[in-house]
Amino acid sequence: MTVAARPRLRGVVGESAPRSDAPPKTQGAFAYASDLAREGMLHGATLRSPHPRARIARIDVEAARALPGVAAVLTAADLPTKVKFGLMKLDQLPLADGRVRYAGEPVAIVAAEDPERAREAVRAVRVEYEVLPAVTDPVAALHPDAPRLHDDGNVIEDVRVVHGDPDARADVVVEDEYEVAMQDQAPLGPEAGLAIPDPDGGVTLHVATQWLHEDLRQIAACLGLPERKVRLVLAGVGGAFGAREDVTLQIHVCLLALATRRPVRIVYGREESFHGHVHRHAARLWYAHGATRDGDLVFVRASIVLDGGGYASSSSAVVANAACFGAGPYRVPNALIHAVGAYTNNPPAGAMRGFGAVQSCFAYEAQMDRLAAALGMDPVALRGRNALRDGDRIVTGQAVEGSAPVADLIRRCAALPPPAPPPGLIAGEVDLTALPGGVGNVTRGEGVRRGTALAVGFKNACYSHAFDDFSTARVRLVRERGEPVAYVLTAAAEVGQGIVGVCEQIARTELGVQRVVVETPDTSIGSAGSSSASRQTWMTGGAVLAACREVKAELARRAEAHDRVRRTPRDGEPVDVDLAPLLDPPIERTVTHRHRPTEPRDATTQNAGHVAFLFAAHRATVDVDVETGIVKVVQVATSQDVGKAINPLAVVGQLEGGIAQGLGLAVMEEVRLQGGLMRNASFTDYLLPTTLDMPPVVCDLVEHPHPDAPYGAKGVGEPPTISSTPAIVAAIRAATGRELNRVPVRPDDIVFGTAARSGWRMRPGADPRTAVRM
Amino acid sequence: MRLVVNGTPREADVREHESLLTVLRERLGLPGSKNACEQGECGSCSVLVDGELVCSCLVLAAAADGRRVETVEALGSAERPHPVQRAFVEAGAVQCGFCTPGFVVAAAALLRENPEPTDAEIREALAGNICRCTGYGTILDAVRRAARITT
Ligand code: FES
Ligand code: FES
Repeated sequence: MTVAARPRLRGVVGESAPRSDAPPKTQGAFAYASDLAREGMLHGATLRSPHPRARIARIDVEAARALPGVAAVLTAADLPTKVKFGLMKLDQLPLADGRVRYAGEPVAIVAAEDPERAREAVRAVRVEYEVLPAVTDPVAALHPDAPRLHDDGNVIEDVRVVHGDPDARADVVVEDEYEVAMQDQAPLGPEAGLAIPDPDGGVTLHVATQWLHEDLRQIAACLGLPERKVRLVLAGVGGAFGAREDVTLQIHVCLLALATRRPVRIVYGREESFHGHVHRHAARLWYAHGATRDGDLVFVRASIVLDGGGYASSSSAVVANAACFGAGPYRVPNALIHAVGAYTNNPPAGAMRGFGAVQSCFAYEAQMDRLAAALGMDPVALRGRNALRDGDRIVTGQAVEGSAPVADLIRRCAALPPPAPPPGLIAGEVDLTALPGGVGNVTRGEGVRRGTALAVGFKNACYSHAFDDFSTARVRLVRERGEPVAYVLTAAAEVGQGIVGVCEQIARTELGVQRVVVETPDTSIGSAGSSSASRQTWMTGGAVLAACREVKAELARRAEAHDRVRRTPRDGEPVDVDLAPLLDPPIERTVTHRHRPTEPRDATTQNAGHVAFLFAAHRATVDVDVETGIVKVVQVATSQDVGKAINPLAVVGQLEGGIAQGLGLAVMEEVRLQGGLMRNASFTDYLLPTTLDMPPVVCDLVEHPHPDAPYGAKGVGEPPTISSTPAIVAAIRAATGRELNRVPVRPDDIVFGTAARSGWRMRPGADPRTAVRM
Repeated sequence: MRLVVNGTPREADVREHESLLTVLRERLGLPGSKNACEQGECGSCSVLVDGELVCSCLVLAAAADGRRVETVEALGSAERPHPVQRAFVEAGAVQCGFCTPGFVVAAAALLRENPEPTDAEIREALAGNICRCTGYGTILDAVRRAARITT
């Protein structure tokens, strides 16, 4: 009988405990999807359309099939079904049939004995295209006389938010147009999957994804197989950020495995990865803000066009987010926001961290600064004055619940320690690394100006608008070598964010056992939903918590029955009973956790459509060399309402990582498109922030628990990417006096000061389809 | 070709134009070095060739003939992790981890040459490695910790 006091548990909720997947990752021993291999495996490759819009007249695969070492060449003619796939709207065939709608659309796939032969076979496929003029301006695509890119027209989604008096008037009005360029998620691990045919005619797919069950649904339908014959196992995921929410190679690699009856692996290279996954929507936004002379917001009116590209992906939800959160975290009595997602012949856009809230935040925060200037008010004071408090309603009519007052975040963020003063004009010895341009030695400090500014943003946590959002967890408490061990199985994708650690810490805390093993996620258990929408801690964390509590209740029942209990386990206390008789047989509980239902969207979007809101404030300090237009971000400070930090260090990691992506969008990251063609599909040409670009971050974690969330812990992943971008751009404006109505800010924008103009006249709030060419 | 990998003499059949990274990953069973860009831009494939830090995706396999190559797999083990590996775990510097092997190799190389680097030196030395997850704060902290452990 175990009665001796044991050491306290290490790694419970609230501790900055190391996560179990970290050591193997540092040793090169963690198996990512691109590391997987099987005896006798074939290598797949994809032929993609070089044209953004074309009719396919003929495909000739004979030469490719005849090459030595080629096991299969498949085109649309070989698809087992004509079922389309798509995250929210089924609008794309796994291989283009007759029409291509973006440059990069898959047309044929091959499997060969080695990757080089596979690429050779791809080159040997002959495709005759009748090239059509590409529609690449999303505003033009919405025009009634634009060519129809899909049978149901070019509008993917159309969302209107009508709140209060849409025609309200105000003393002071500011108005402008804004642009957000396309951003790439650029997860470091490339897309990869290994499909193994099963004896029952089904297939097992090991894949790096954000959502196993959603992949499964789409794969099975397109393969024409019952879902029970398709099994998915999560392979190591090298980052995601939204890029792995859609199907990329999943269906292809399964088709090839079924066609050849051999294991097949597909691994994208970086260039193919840029073409293979969806991106953050490029956006055009027209905004008008009205306020009283005292600085109380009277109205926000906005028209927003999001470029969905060739296929819909999650555009419909991105459009809804851009609209719902389009007035910012402020009390706005009157609003009219009209957001539309358009099909074009650009590469498809879908999920990326911040999901629609990023685009509108850039615009409304620029507007708030402009309004402050027009009112002669301090921009931070203007924000504080209008900031949402608990109980206030956002422009969809939904009240804020369980959140820290936004004015507190603003105040705290503004008061965080500032960076050291600028190096100034220095003669003689200069630490170039402290100056814009670094060791590129472009300035000695003469033209360097400093600017500081603050921005705030928000979005929803979890899925919205009546979506049945749930996660399933199985917890098994067993006895191994005299020790209790908890096994936790969920289908939640660990994409880097740390859900593995969250599950470990929750199970330790709830069950009072030190050893927790988080098993490899697969589809043998119910769905966990996607690792997106800042939802896994809330949903899968919640499911693990609930399952642990059921296990604990059963343990207590058994202990009572055996009358051997010394002490029922309390949170954070080791189990202190003789487990031998209690865990034979082991205790196992499976629980499905749902958040409370949300309301569907109606014609004016006045509903409690979201489960909760996430808020953060960012303050950026920049040094700008006004002669070269080079920006050095000196510091970013943030106050974020995280509810409860299950692992404070992991939360800081999310905040800093999200800010890095916000910085990227502010000053460097842009997928450059020309006539629908991607011009910079490589890490040489698509620039990502490095250690020299990313400044120190000051993180202030505000723990205002949400009553519905496990331990009150809100999602934390997305807010860092929402208001960091506008804060940095506002700081550059403060340093330079330039307008800067577009991100990313380019050196030319700073040096020459030209604003971005779409060439369309649009009355903010009006239907984007009524835009008039100027 | 012949080369000494992690202290062991190895032989591999190599195709023309094949990189050292491909040979390590696909022929020699050492997938620890990662492939994320194949253009020398991200440092995920960092290894030491004759003690010198290189991007193995840019090194022609043939050019490594007769050389001594050290990969992340040899830096430490599960039982005896290298101080840099320990520091990365403790500092929370590992999220998706795809960049981690490259950072660990590059950081170990830095500390071998400069056991007490300044912050600016750490940033400069790791500027060739991209991490998309962490924003680098925890990584810089890990390198500082490792420097404290080793000195
Ligand atoms: S894979 Fe070698 S530097 Fe990126
Ligand atoms: S931890 Fe994911 S890229 Fe660095």
